Amino acid sequence: MPDSAVEGAAAAKPVPPKIVPLIRSDSKEYWAAAADGRFVLQQCGACSRFQFYPRSLCHYCFSTDLKWTEASGGAEVYSYTRIYRPPTAAYRDEVPYVLALVNLDEGPRMMTKIVTDDPESVDIGMRVAVTFERIDDEVTLPCFRPA
Amino acid sequence: MVPDFNLEGIAIAGYDESEVGIVPNKSTTELYVDAMLNAISNAGLKPSDIDGVISGNSMVEHYRYHAEAMAEYIGLDARYCLTLNTGGGTTASALTSAAAAINSGAAECIVVAFGESMRSGFGPRAVEMIGAARGANHPDYEAPYGQTVPSLYALIGTRHMHEYGTKPEHFAAVAVTMRENASRNPKAQKRDIITIDDVLSSPLVASPLRRLDCSLISDGAGALVVTSLDRARDLPGTPVRLLGIGQAYSHHHITTAPSLTTFGSRVAGSQAFSMAKLSHDDIDLIGIYDAFTPCVVVTLEDLGFCKPGEGGPFVADGNIAMSGRFPVNPHGGLLSCAHPGRPGGIFTLGELVRQLREEAGERQLQKATTAIAALEGGIMSSHGTVIIQRDER
Repeated sequence: MPDSAVEGAAAAKPVPPKIVPLIRSDSKEYWAAAADGRFVLQQCGACSRFQFYPRSLCHYCFSTDLKWTEASGGAEVYSYTRIYRPPTAAYRDEVPYVLALVNLDEGPRMMTKIVTDDPESVDIGMRVAVTFERIDDEVTLPCFRPA
Repeated sequence: MVPDFNLEGIAIAGYDESEVGIVPNKSTTELYVDAMLNAISNAGLKPSDIDGVISGNSMVEHYRYHAEAMAEYIGLDARYCLTLNTGGGTTASALTSAAAAINSGAAECIVVAFGESMRSGFGPRAVEMIGAARGANHPDYEAPYGQTVPSLYALIGTRHMHEYGTKPEHFAAVAVTMRENASRNPKAQKRDIITIDDVLSSPLVASPLRRLDCSLISDGAGALVVTSLDRARDLPGTPVRLLGIGQAYSHHHITTAPSLTTFGSRVAGSQAFSMAKLSHDDIDLIGIYDAFTPCVVVTLEDLGFCKPGEGGPFVADGNIAMSGRFPVNPHGGLLSCAHPGRPGGIFTLGELVRQLREEAGERQLQKATTAIAALEGGIMSSHGTVIIQRDER
């Protein structure tokens, strides 16, 4: 039996599919845009701020006047980690991969993966640009790559 | 604002555990029952004296009305039953509820219990269940990126290193200290002494965290008996008084945390200190929810035992060792004693109770009058901080 919270994860069988989001009524535009190769954010009509993650109201001013806006796709790495022990076997082939929190140029922070051949080169403050990882017909994940 | 919350007449009258570590022959419910009966006995009470149960449910053996289920299983006549979950911080939230119930007369003698057959109960699915961070992550905006529990705490470690120059050696010093403590605890799951080099050469899990920066997966349960101070003073053991409780949250999902280097523990800690009308100098020992080594570094800073950014050197200089000014987790913590998930916090607080009641055996500290426990659930999300004191009459 494993000794820590992570050892042995790679031994899980059979290989499960990757973890996919549930597409909900407050996020269907977000995922539809991603599937289309576009990165959109909710912007508040009342206070003009952008928010992440998608919600049914603006979590700054509680207005429900939200509109989907094409984002620049530019961001800066706020923190990161290189994952060597993945959550399930579905991610085993990718290790080490870089999980990051990035500050989008529009303001909000999001979690993402930094797509790079050189995981060691990722650092805090690095400029990154949106890119897309297609999972299946319905789901495409917005990811980022060094800009 | 400090909540006007009357803790004057509330005391912890007993604490004990089930077997902990790797306990494949006991179900979660059996672990719960063992801990509850042992704690009742430690308090010098009989099961028939108990009229309230607060429990933290179980992922392995879930009951919709868990506290009622535990009362029913044992045969307790518990008119007050409450099932709570704020993750690792649940023990602190439970004390708030227990104190309110006793103050209001809803119950007089409450068992607060948390348990999980985390390691054995899930069988082969254990690592996947735990590693994938189900419940701690956001299912739509975090989970699909292949994150794990350690990786979410690693983001905190990376940012702390960036902002303050903290080094992996500093985090490693936490693991080394916890193992040293565990070596004196016969119940601890891991008792072999480790060095900084051992930590730094253990396999990378999620940079900068290595295997020995991560807590264990264990089975076990712990239980406290909470009652009125008057009643506790009539019992054989030394009562432990509740002087302050603070609760705070800054986020649920780490993506939305305003900072990665200071958390709700700062608010919860200062609230607990204000309520207790005590300062850091009054504290003899500390309990910290050490799920991963950076937790201890940032929590020491948030509680104000050192300045922001100084947590790493503070640990590396020996301040949290048994011989230091502020010993942390004398039992060895989640890193080396046991981590059965949600119940982790009750072991952290329970160890402080044992020390204050002078029931800690070989690892008993000479001076253990006043202690603080800082517990958290999620990814530094939900914080509960408790200050307790030995009743000196």
